[in-house]
Amino acid sequence: MTRQSYEGVVLTAPISVPYVRYTNETAHWWIARALREALIKIKMTPQEIDGLSVSSFTLAPDTPVGLTQHLGISPRWLDTVPMGGACGVAAIRRAARAIQAGDVDVVACVSGDTNRIDSFRNLLSAFSRFAMDATFPYGFGGPNASFALLQDAYMQEFGATREDFGRIAVAQRVNALSNPQAIMKNPLTLEQYMGARMISDPIGLFDCVMPCAGAEAFVMMREETAVAKGLPFARISSTIERTNAFPDDPIQLRGGWAVDIDDLWAMAGHGPEAIDLLQTYDDYPVICMMQFEDLGFCAKGEGPDFVRKHDLTNGGDFPHNTSGGQLSVGQAGAAGGYLGLVEAIRQVTGQAGGTQVENARRALVSGFGVINYDRGLCSSAAIITGETV
Amino acid sequence: MTSALPFPSKKDPQKHTPVPVLPPVSRSRASLGLGVMAAQGRFGLQVCVECEAVQYPPRDACLKCLSSELNWQDVSPYGTILAETTIRVSPEPYFRERMPWRMGLVKLNAGPMLNCHLHGEVGRGNNVQMALKLDKAGQGVLIALPLEGSENMQDDPTLRAMSCNPKRRRILISDARAPIALALTEALLKAGASHVFLGEPEAWRAWPERKAFEGRENVSLLPLDATDTSSIAKLSAEIGGKVDILINTASFVRSGGVLGNDTTFARDCFDVNTLGLMRLAQGFGPGMAARAQDGINSATAIVSILSVQSLMPDKNYSAYAASQAAAHSITQSLRAEFRGSGLRLVNVYIGPIEGDPWFQHLPPPKVTPNAVARATVNSLIEGLEEVPCGDIAKDIYARWRADALLLEREITGEAP
Repeated sequence: MTRQSYEGVVLTAPISVPYVRYTNETAHWWIARALREALIKIKMTPQEIDGLSVSSFTLAPDTPVGLTQHLGISPRWLDTVPMGGACGVAAIRRAARAIQAGDVDVVACVSGDTNRIDSFRNLLSAFSRFAMDATFPYGFGGPNASFALLQDAYMQEFGATREDFGRIAVAQRVNALSNPQAIMKNPLTLEQYMGARMISDPIGLFDCVMPCAGAEAFVMMREETAVAKGLPFARISSTIERTNAFPDDPIQLRGGWAVDIDDLWAMAGHGPEAIDLLQTYDDYPVICMMQFEDLGFCAKGEGPDFVRKHDLTNGGDFPHNTSGGQLSVGQAGAAGGYLGLVEAIRQVTGQAGGTQVENARRALVSGFGVINYDRGLCSSAAIITGETV
Repeated sequence: MTSALPFPSKKDPQKHTPVPVLPPVSRSRASLGLGVMAAQGRFGLQVCVECEAVQYPPRDACLKCLSSELNWQDVSPYGTILAETTIRVSPEPYFRERMPWRMGLVKLNAGPMLNCHLHGEVGRGNNVQMALKLDKAGQGVLIALPLEGSENMQDDPTLRAMSCNPKRRRILISDARAPIALALTEALLKAGASHVFLGEPEAWRAWPERKAFEGRENVSLLPLDATDTSSIAKLSAEIGGKVDILINTASFVRSGGVLGNDTTFARDCFDVNTLGLMRLAQGFGPGMAARAQDGINSATAIVSILSVQSLMPDKNYSAYAASQAAAHSITQSLRAEFRGSGLRLVNVYIGPIEGDPWFQHLPPPKVTPNAVARATVNSLIEGLEEVPCGDIAKDIYARWRADALLLEREITGEAP
């Protein structure tokens, strides 16, 4: 069956609440801040919120249901997307269809998490049953160790070197220096990347994101509503998502995008060459490289060669993670699943400020999330465009 | 190659004794099965009864056919290391104290992918033999071992922390007069124990076997009576700080049923077999628990030599069996009480010992002192918790695990 287009639904009001390393405030506080800023942008009161989509790891013991009473809102449509790094794209897929069907008119999408001293260890300890049973008793390296195994296997299989991953991290830091909200403020050279201490071999310090607190948000509505309110907006041209792809692969050298990629391009009506900028999920550079391959920018195993041949900075021939990505902006829990999407909305609507890529009309955003045991289970991708392409 | 374990330096009483910290303790109910396997020295995983798919991590429904009938059973332990990492940063105190920590991902030939600890002699690409071991938290964990280990492979720090290896450790055997005491002493010394202390109850009473212990290097006989709290307190004050493994061999046997017998013998059975174990644990346990992570010769285990009659009724040894069953219950309580320190409680179950006059009239098979000694030392080296030793104990233990009620009917249904 041919998929219905997302025509008539738009993305507006991209909000990024500046991240901090540690905070005493709760996830509720961070989410409220992002939501408030988004509502101010679309000129709506909290009481007028029609639909709400929430992603957060640290609301416990509350769920988004409790959050509605906490924030004094009464939405007629409520969604919670527990897909970690894939949650942003998954949220717009669900909300867009609900808006098209008339179940809801306006959906505020918000994602945020807190980070107290020692809360990262506690978050990891209770992350998933398989992780509790079968990952953390083995050195408790957290996601660093899980991705180290994956990168170790990738390097053996495809001959990638640490420098190849370093190129991704270094280019993102260049981009981040134009983003006043990035946590990382200092330039990073390839020599510094290579010389940094190892965290979980072959993962070094600059392969890792900084866990922090923060929130991201945007608002979805019908195109005519956005026009009436005078809001800049982006359109959704194509999306995919997949959970627990390739369960029989002994080790993860490809993600779920590889299953659905033809569908993504078919729905968009063009191929990778038409993309102006790419926002990948960058919890580790090796995952970015896997996305370059699985999304079709190069063949499987050619990721190392691809990064050697392209300039991944905002002024380069392949602008990638234009805000600096999580590697330089920080990882505010589930907000990491929104970071690339919110930045892409800013880019294609010409609101990206210092990180603005010239002629950014089409952006591909991909997500990756939830290392439940030995691999990331969620993958997602969306192509969004400006008002006019 | 694993380098040989160095000799521990003399303890400096002015220095801080490391407080025991544990690796992650929490597990799902299904994953507790790994510990059940590890305690017995078996390598087994859940296998689907319907489609035979081998499962890992442990779960509640088959990953191939959704059947919820998953049985724990022995599976082939061989596999290949596909990837490895050396963790240098961890937020967990236990591992922080032991950085760097190597772990890897093994493709088991039987199917699943296993996150596991790596023995120092294996790495990426190696074919390995997987083992389930109890870690300091008392939980079953996976470690990849070499197919053919070097001479000192047991000295690997990761593996040693999962064992209670007597090498370089000091052992107290509670009763030198027990029929197994001499064989045990010799087996421990052969395994590299640095000293064996033996308790000598009623030292005023001569016993010809004493000569075998006298004048031996690294062997001391010291006054100790499991029925006498003050003798335990005295010895604990004297050597408690250097008892790394305590093996309780004290035992009092009398035959006879409940009917037609005085309770005096029953009281003696309980006084030695049950209360004696409690007194020894009270006297030495807290000190041992406090030293459970104190370097090469840290305190590591209390071993209880139990009769397999602790698991079944025996109308010909009613009081003895009852005292052993009570002792068994005490060991389980102690196991839980010591859990927070990493000190392990090992149960070695035995049948009648060859040459023990109180079992003289029973037919074979009987277990020899040497066999008990071997099984005990092996259980310490392998880090086991539940060790049936000898044909009778193995048979009864398997039947008890399979169906304790059926075992009772089988035993009590036999002709008198």
